[in-house]
Amino acid sequence: MPGFLEQYLALVIFAALSAVIAIALLVAPFLLAYKSPDTEKLSAYECGFEAFDDARMKFDIRFYLVSLLFIIFDLEVAFLFPWAVAFHDVGWLGFWSMMVFLGVLTIGFVYEWKKGALEWD
Amino acid sequence: MYPLSFSIAHALPETILAVGALLLILVGAIRGEKSAPLVAELAIGLLTLALVVIFIGAKTTATVFDGAFIDDQFARYMKALVLIGSIVTLILSRDFLRRENIDQFEFPVLVMLSTLGMLMLTSANSLISLYLGLELMSLALYVVASFHRDNLKASEAGLKYFVLGALSSGMLLYGASLIYGYAGSVSFPGIAAALKSGPAIGVVFGLVFLLAGLAFKMSTVPFHMWTPDVYEGAPTPVTAFFASAPKMAAVAITLRTVMVAFPNITHEWRQIVMFISVASMALGSFAAIGQTNIKRLMAYSSIGHMGFALVGLAAANAAGVEGVAIYLAIYLVTTLGVFAAIVAMRVQGRSVENISDLAGLSRTDGWMAFFMAMLMFSLAGIPPMAGFFAKYYAFLAAVQAGLTPLAVIGVLLSTVAAFYYLRIVKVMYFDEAAPAFDRAPFAVRAVCAVATALVFCFWVYPAPIVEAATNAARAFF
Repeated sequence: MPGFLEQYLALVIFAALSAVIAIALLVAPFLLAYKSPDTEKLSAYECGFEAFDDARMKFDIRFYLVSLLFIIFDLEVAFLFPWAVAFHDVGWLGFWSMMVFLGVLTIGFVYEWKKGALEWD
Repeated sequence: MYPLSFSIAHALPETILAVGALLLILVGAIRGEKSAPLVAELAIGLLTLALVVIFIGAKTTATVFDGAFIDDQFARYMKALVLIGSIVTLILSRDFLRRENIDQFEFPVLVMLSTLGMLMLTSANSLISLYLGLELMSLALYVVASFHRDNLKASEAGLKYFVLGALSSGMLLYGASLIYGYAGSVSFPGIAAALKSGPAIGVVFGLVFLLAGLAFKMSTVPFHMWTPDVYEGAPTPVTAFFASAPKMAAVAITLRTVMVAFPNITHEWRQIVMFISVASMALGSFAAIGQTNIKRLMAYSSIGHMGFALVGLAAANAAGVEGVAIYLAIYLVTTLGVFAAIVAMRVQGRSVENISDLAGLSRTDGWMAFFMAMLMFSLAGIPPMAGFFAKYYAFLAAVQAGLTPLAVIGVLLSTVAAFYYLRIVKVMYFDEAAPAFDRAPFAVRAVCAVATALVFCFWVYPAPIVEAATNAARAFF
């Protein structure tokens, strides 16, 4: 077991080193930088104008729907690639497992289509 | 390596639910909103079919799907409880959803998918299948919690449940990764083999996080804070679901994890389970006293009952497992009966949920008041109701294991809890009558009556449950 963990020593050193550098860069400005705040510097800034409205505005739910659908099918393709590359090794079990997966996904797609999630208006 | 058909045969209830849920989505999507009653009836049918398969299926123990899934007596016992919880939830929800105008075909499908997750969870034999089952169960639960989406409280319940559920999943995964890192295996027997020489500190850390994640799903102290808000905000049949089926699955997987993966470090996990148990019993007993909303009261009550059930788990012997199994069966029946009575609380078509709305129920609807009173006696643990025997078996196991102080604390706290159960009986029988409830549909009254009958008759003929629980406990010893 110790030998198993020692393989990760390089990773631990790397993580520790990057943590030190990152924290040093974050802390340094507070200690070293020259500060003279005034109202103009502290006010909200939007392309040279006063802020027009609250940044936390409402988005149409459809944006989220579309992005979620994108993620699902994006991941599906990411899943299909290793399967296709290893097609010779996975055999019939692998083939049908993927078919089941695609079948489940297709049923979900039929559902969202019929529910009208793909219609913009 | 077994043939695939052998694996499928041992996971037949899961297969039925998985295929069935997908087909029902298609039925609902193609036939549109008007298909809700049909889909609900088909869902009840499929869940019942799965239950029948469990009863008449093979009685052997088998580990399938490369050791990820185990089919044994304990799993079948707990699966039967989970399925009963889900079936009764769907029966209770029919009329309620129609009256609240949220009768959509997605509801039964989500309940089915969640039940599928619970069955997988109950049979999980490795950390990976544990997590898969847990997430399948929880994701569907988050959605049904906020199923009444135009209702502010229901949306709040769903969001709270989701955010805290994600946190608990994170803790569970962190614990699982630590356990895997230090034990070098994800399968429960593999972890047990790696721990033969005693506890490694990393594994104990992982165990703590894993149990924290599971305690969240069981809603035990200190991971209970979501329970009252979610129970109050969710539609009542959904609350009945939360209080029944997922708890069965969560306790089952907790029990299996500690019994199968960590039998060599019993001393370590027993401390955690004992703390969770005592804290839950105490909070469930004291915090419920001030509640005015009956769903919040039942939330605290369920926290307390999980604490009582865990007394049996802390015993860590065959009698303890048997005690937990009996406790859960009786808790399930009683809770479903009480929630049937809460679903029936409607005044002029509007659902009410304050304890004061129950006032004088004995004069407006004598039978409902009687059912509710008997179920409250059972929850309080007053003999000869079933709830007394549930506590008896759990505490007996603790005493046998040399944990007498734990059993004494449990008995003392159960007398505190008896106060608020008896107060409901007092409100129903001795207070000025509040407006009468609408007559509840037959199915809801029937659930209430059957639950009362079962709770009432347990002491006459306890053999079926006790025998089944003994067989279930034999899976570990």
